[in-house]
Amino acid sequence: MAEILEKVKIEEKEPFFGPKEKKLLLDPLMDNNPVTVQILGVCSSLAITSLVYPSIVMAISVTLVTAFSNYFTSLVREYIPKQVRMIVQLVIIATLVTIVELALKALNFPIWKQLSVYIGLIITNCIVMGRLEAYAMANKPWRSFLDGIGNGLGYGAILVIVAIIREILGKGTLFAGSPVEIKIIGNNATYLIDTTTSTMFGWYANNNLMVLPAAALFIIGILIWIHRTINPKLVDIS
Amino acid sequence: MGDFLNVFIKTAFIENMILSYFLGMCSYLAVSKSVKTALGLGVAVIFVLGITMPMNWLINEYLLKETGFFGMDLTFLRFILFIAVIAALVQLVEMVVEKFSPSLYNALGIFLPLITVNCAILGGSLFMISRELDLTKSVAFGLGGGFGWFLAIVALAAIREKIQYSNVPPALRGLGMAFILTGLMGMAFMSLMGIDPAAFTK
Repeated sequence: MAEILEKVKIEEKEPFFGPKEKKLLLDPLMDNNPVTVQILGVCSSLAITSLVYPSIVMAISVTLVTAFSNYFTSLVREYIPKQVRMIVQLVIIATLVTIVELALKALNFPIWKQLSVYIGLIITNCIVMGRLEAYAMANKPWRSFLDGIGNGLGYGAILVIVAIIREILGKGTLFAGSPVEIKIIGNNATYLIDTTTSTMFGWYANNNLMVLPAAALFIIGILIWIHRTINPKLVDIS
Repeated sequence: MGDFLNVFIKTAFIENMILSYFLGMCSYLAVSKSVKTALGLGVAVIFVLGITMPMNWLINEYLLKETGFFGMDLTFLRFILFIAVIAALVQLVEMVVEKFSPSLYNALGIFLPLITVNCAILGGSLFMISRELDLTKSVAFGLGGGFGWFLAIVALAAIREKIQYSNVPPALRGLGMAFILTGLMGMAFMSLMGIDPAAFTK
């Protein structure tokens, strides 16, 4: 009896949102970024970073899936036999992804069409699986949930940074396709900077390389370079 | 046959799975440190893609579609079923290979189970559905996609083996360089866009 009481006390002592929880949420954004440091989840999503708007949608979807799959797996973690845990995890993830996909199809059809198979590929996104294995299988539901949100945001941050660079340099717009589209630089009067009349930017032309898949790889490579220069601890010795 | 070649060439070279769709990047980056292991994983991917594609095509056509066995539109179950099929098939392939060819099993080693979560397999299946290929074309799509993946990972591994002797800035070593190399390879592969696959059907 005394043991149980003690256990309850310890559980009560854990704050709802203390420094540990904050660390869970903020760590993946920089020092432990899933993309540039852990190299997870590069697979499914580089192809959609040519525009900012779909990238934001993708980032939100991945965050939701990681957060809730972490939460649900953590809830049932003590009942999953070790041998079949992969299948159980995959079923949880696949169900959540199906929900997200159907919701997106109903809410915003053009974006759903644009993201096509990449929404389905969240299932095999290594971030989701990686966090389940590394965190949710050994921690309490609320913390796992925060860990999922943190990692989803860390991934989303990279996605959006890459997309902003690619869209501005490649198309001269920002948030194209969304209600708040901004046209920044281009060759007619609808853009903020019109290269046909501007005296300063008359030389400018959109860089078509940025629209191609190869550009995403270059930008991520350079982001990793910058990140590791700032934080030499992460440098790969091998 | 013409159709088969057409799809094969197109998926292997022109629309390479890694270089233009980024499918299977995780294992691509992780396992490309030496040519030997890259070869093993590449062969395993060709193998699994070649089997799962027609399998998933049959499931989609005869079970999930409205015209299929249940007479209902069950396509929302696609993700769960596909991933289950892939996981089960990989397990099965692993057992069969272990039984009949222990040497190949040892060569493939840990790579077979890794393939379950390789985005190239699920991505290939989903692309196949969204492009509405038929059975022959889906086999060609699987084999071609696998071959393209194999080419890319072996090429990257070969470059990475050589680049160890070069003086790369420390912060760029390893991963950063792998990304940039893949980008350069992608640009090189873009020159293959000039191939007209339709010429094979003439």
